[in-house]
Amino acid sequence: MALKIVKGSIDRMFDKNLQDLVRGIRNHKEDEAKYISTCIDEIKQELKQDNIAVKANAVCKLTYLQMLGYDVSWAAFNIVEVMSSSKFTYKRIGYLAASQCFHESTDVIMLTTNQIRKDLSSPNQYDTGVALTGLSCFVTPDLARDLANDIMTLMSHTKPYIRKKAVLIMYKVFLKYPESLRPAFPRLKEKLEDPDPGVQSAAVNVICELARRNPKNYLSLAPLFFKLMTSSTNNWVLIKIIKLVSEHGAVGISVCVSCVCVCFSLVHAVWLVYLGLLAMSKILKTHPKSVQSHKDLILQCLDDKDESIRLRALDLLYGMVSKKNLMEIVKKLMLHVDKAEGTTYRDELLTKIIDICSQSNYQYITNFEWYISILVELTRLEGTRHGHLIASQMLDVAIRVKAIRAFAVSQMATLLDNAHLLTGNTQRNGICEVLYAAAWICGEFSEHLEDPMATLEAMLRPKVATLPGHIQAVYVQNAAKLFATVLRGQEGAPADSTVAQETSQLLIDRLPLFVQSSNLEVQERASCILQLVKYIQKLQQKDVEVAEEVTALFAGELNPVAPKAQKKVPVPEGLDLDAWINEPPSGSESEDEGRKSKGKAVFAKEESRHTKPRYTEVDEKELAKRREVRKAEQANNPFYIKASPSSQKVYQDGVGVEHIPVVQIDLSVPLKVPGMPMSDQYVKLEEERREKNKADKKKKKDKKREKGEKGRRRRADSGPESEEDITPAHMVDIVTEEMPENALPSDDDDKDPNDPHKALNIDLDKPLADSEKKLPVRSHRPNEVLKSPMEDRQVVEVAPEPKKKTGKEKKDKDRKVWLHLYFLRIFSIFLTHVSLAAAEAPPASTPRTASGMAAMAPDSEPEEAKDTEPDLFSSQKSSKHKKKKKQKKEEKKKKHHHHHHSDGAGDESVPNGTVEEEEPLPVMDRPPHYLSPHPSLAPLLQVCDIQGNLQDGSQVVVSVIFENKCDSFIKSMEFNVLDSLNSKLQRHDGAGPHDGLTVPFQLPPGISNEARFIFSVQNIVMPQKLKGTLTFIVKTDDSSTHEKLDFKLHFTCTSYLITTPCYSDAYSKLLESGDLKGCSLKLEGVNQPFHHLLARICFHHHFSVVERIDSCASMYSRSIQGHHVCLLVKTADQTVSIDAKCDEPALLGNVLDEIKLTFSQC
Amino acid sequence: MARVETCGSRLLRRLRFPIDQSIMIKAILIFNNHGKPRLSKFYEHYNEDTEQQIIRETFHLVSKRDENVCNFLEGGMLIGGSENRLIYRHYATLYFVFCVDSSESELGILDLIQVFVETLDKCFENVCELDLIFHVDKVHNILAEMVMGGMVLETNMNEIIIQVDAQNKMEKSETFIFQSPRQDR
Repeated sequence: MALKIVKGSIDRMFDKNLQDLVRGIRNHKEDEAKYISTCIDEIKQELKQDNIAVKANAVCKLTYLQMLGYDVSWAAFNIVEVMSSSKFTYKRIGYLAASQCFHESTDVIMLTTNQIRKDLSSPNQYDTGVALTGLSCFVTPDLARDLANDIMTLMSHTKPYIRKKAVLIMYKVFLKYPESLRPAFPRLKEKLEDPDPGVQSAAVNVICELARRNPKNYLSLAPLFFKLMTSSTNNWVLIKIIKLVSEHGAVGISVCVSCVCVCFSLVHAVWLVYLGLLAMSKILKTHPKSVQSHKDLILQCLDDKDESIRLRALDLLYGMVSKKNLMEIVKKLMLHVDKAEGTTYRDELLTKIIDICSQSNYQYITNFEWYISILVELTRLEGTRHGHLIASQMLDVAIRVKAIRAFAVSQMATLLDNAHLLTGNTQRNGICEVLYAAAWICGEFSEHLEDPMATLEAMLRPKVATLPGHIQAVYVQNAAKLFATVLRGQEGAPADSTVAQETSQLLIDRLPLFVQSSNLEVQERASCILQLVKYIQKLQQKDVEVAEEVTALFAGELNPVAPKAQKKVPVPEGLDLDAWINEPPSGSESEDEGRKSKGKAVFAKEESRHTKPRYTEVDEKELAKRREVRKAEQANNPFYIKASPSSQKVYQDGVGVEHIPVVQIDLSVPLKVPGMPMSDQYVKLEEERREKNKADKKKKKDKKREKGEKGRRRRADSGPESEEDITPAHMVDIVTEEMPENALPSDDDDKDPNDPHKALNIDLDKPLADSEKKLPVRSHRPNEVLKSPMEDRQVVEVAPEPKKKTGKEKKDKDRKVWLHLYFLRIFSIFLTHVSLAAAEAPPASTPRTASGMAAMAPDSEPEEAKDTEPDLFSSQKSSKHKKKKKQKKEEKKKKHHHHHHSDGAGDESVPNGTVEEEEPLPVMDRPPHYLSPHPSLAPLLQVCDIQGNLQDGSQVVVSVIFENKCDSFIKSMEFNVLDSLNSKLQRHDGAGPHDGLTVPFQLPPGISNEARFIFSVQNIVMPQKLKGTLTFIVKTDDSSTHEKLDFKLHFTCTSYLITTPCYSDAYSKLLESGDLKGCSLKLEGVNQPFHHLLARICFHHHFSVVERIDSCASMYSRSIQGHHVCLLVKTADQTVSIDAKCDEPALLGNVLDEIKLTFSQC
Repeated sequence: MARVETCGSRLLRRLRFPIDQSIMIKAILIFNNHGKPRLSKFYEHYNEDTEQQIIRETFHLVSKRDENVCNFLEGGMLIGGSENRLIYRHYATLYFVFCVDSSESELGILDLIQVFVETLDKCFENVCELDLIFHVDKVHNILAEMVMGGMVLETNMNEIIIQVDAQNKMEKSETFIFQSPRQDR
């Protein structure tokens, strides 16, 4: 054997190691591939050897080659072999290789389950760590299922190093095996309060990532989040908060505002304003109302010299508008538009104005004339890219608001007439899109035109030929419509047929210009229409009445189509949507701008009028073609942007339609009408009007809204326009967008069905059902636990317990940053929750301070937590110093912690705190339970925790801290407990009731360590005491002595309770069910604040507050065997009465006795 | 037209590589100024060829950027496109690139890269490219203490170094045991 080993070592000396391989590759630059292939052959030989060192070396080299792009999956089995080496060195190599090249479809992964489980429970923390790291990279659903329990156990490991990794990997486990989420969540939640900041941040990381995807399931964590949030003051925290909050979008305004206020007060950093605004703006969309009081503040931000801040403030304004203030806000914005420098900001302003006005189906617009004027004013903007946006708004409003058409047409006619102003400037290429809308509106609704002839003339000016092709096309087409209108107008008076003929002549004169257009679309339309007009002219000369027939060309009403309409058309049977109909158009990204921009109604273009089915593919294809042609045209047309000196302002017709100038205005004349811009007049009008008819206005609006929403009168309304009384405050019929008749009612088609987080949308607040308490595991698993419970549970490290760090005492800078980043995440989720809670609660006045936020949390606990925390820390600190004095303390009532709910007191896994009675209230700490009052030379035994096993209703885990107080070395400790009928210590298989369990570590002087013991308990309704002994050997330099210690273990009924959150409705159902038996208790002379009292019950007795109203609170807890325990706690004048109900009266009685004891001790 | 577009986007979706949305850090790459990989750690699975393509693509994206522009850019098409971002730093001859999803804070990751490099510097004593070339396994071990399964595990350099050292010490003690006549398994 020895020879073999030696041989192995010698072999190894001659093997190439990783460095040699790398060197070799570098030396064979010219024939690298060949060299590597010989290396791989060598590696294959090495892998065939028995020596694990050689194998590990080979695997290490393979890992390197994998990085260079070589497939090494053939060595998967060898990797597993190396992973299962007992040596850390090789194990690490194995796991690294596995993490690099294993994935879900690697079949050898199934072989690793047991090895990984063994490593997870290894006494060496680094074996465990390496296994966790590796597993995190290749965890499969099977592995997740089989190992979930083991990993969950590791979350309570004594080493923060392991806890941290275990917590983090749980996220992966949840994703692969969603069933584990509910059982594991309580423990994960506990880790939010872990004493180690690394563990804490890992827990925050995981919970936040979960909550980010399914926020509503994490509502119950709000108080805890709040506590964590208040304990962080780092700038990074705030950045992250704001970032995450802004991602969330579902957070209440008021809360967010308060948060941002808190942020501001905490850090007076100016740039945070930016982040704050950014966050708010995204969120406020959902809660527009409550932020209106901040309007002035936000409007102020518009004046900020920092453009970024101004842009953010704009975003915010969106959420602030109402019917009342819309005009005012937009007026202010228009002022900013005027003085704004820089096109980005101005474009942003423009978009915002439009966004604000058009939001929620024009919900806030009471006067559409005003809106049209605003749009017209916006066309004055220089160099904006958003002409198409304005255009689509004009079209949308004109089509959908029938009452406004006449006004819109008059305005558009003015625009057309002054088209040269829009197109004149080279900078203004974007804005000429407006003409597209103007021409179309004038043509389509030409019956409203005062002077169609003049408009027709304006549309056929030679200058039009310099416009982009798609606009020209619209011009030509609509000229034809106007022509029809003119004809119809003329034929009433046949005497004056000259006008009609003049019109024909005008078209015949002007159209040839368009027939020569290089744009196919324009050319085609122009020549068609030209021929048509020529024909009409012939008929006219024969005095044939043609008006009616020409008008018939353009008959019919256009309806707006909802943006999703196309998507909602049910797929006809037998149609394969995935098959190409045509080859994909090369420039398919060239979405029609007008459509893309707003996501508003898709308008059927006027061309489609000729064909009967309006929204067919033919049209769509045609459009696409045109789009491409137009694109090409825009790119090639040297005239597309034509420079000409012109005045900056567009003519504002403040007076009315009658004054539309027919002749081209001399450019030297200033075009701007002095005085108020048009929209301002509307603002003024509106104010007056509001003064006047405050009373009936409301009625009208309601009516209007109703109509707008339901679209009942969508088509019925095409009757005489006189019905639509165009008063300053329009009664407006907003036409609902059309949907296909058999549209599929699916609104959530945006969601990705492949999102793994869907499976994690699990209600975490619902108490665990019996069947869920245990993670489903493979059948052999329970046996394994029984076989070696100690190995599973015990910790063998002799290293000193990590010094407890509170967040406030000792923070490393790096860590701080990261921890805080995660606090931020928490905070953001907290915000979500609070807002949800607030939404459920009756409307309260908007709180704007941190304490206000606490008040909005589902219960009062955050406040307590806040109060409690400093005390807690101080007590624990001092307790450490005083520990020695406490040695003599006899067995006292045991306290436990377990799964405490969001009451959030303390660091549960820190076992060495002792309570100091003189500390100010309320001190939430576990008085330790010293098992051994042994003089000087003995290990001090201290029960830090007795807790029910979450997954097994008949198990209780007892954690015991062994601390060596003497100067000698202590070894061979054996722990034994005299079993009672009810409770038994779980021992190894085959061990008799008198065999003790070996404590798996030795204790050098002054060292402490923790071990856990599992007891199986039959009956949990009674408290019980177990006698036990600890035998050990004290080894001094010259001698060793056998020592023995007797102790008692006290299992209270409380230790069988598990903090379980409960919703109030579930709670009341429980009470109503009548299965519970009552019992009550009165405590006199309790002079602590009520919330302290509640916190105390929560902390010491594992209850959670269900609901609290003034001085009355309902609380809930659950035993490991599923008994419900409900408390109703009331206080009045130092008297606390507790009415309790439980399905097990004996258990209840004992719990109440214990509660009484707790309060008698304080 | 609309229908044609729908088909196109569906096809596109099918063509795209599967993106594991659960992972926050998708990949960590170190390559030199010539694009030679010095370390690659993918937290979602790709086959070896794709990995090499991603490295090349990332190198191409990152290397053409000026020194004085910001350290963030959108991810390449192979690794999720605009849904992911590349956050990188350029140290002497090496690029350190983290490909992350939108939930990670850019500044946080930038900081993490700094911690990573400082940790390497401590562990290798004045780290240079050669250290990474010859000891890629050690670099992996250090990285494993910082990032686990695509999630940030630890950012405190001291803590990382303590754990790395402790493990190296264990490795050394095992080497010693190995030379003494005791069996490995």
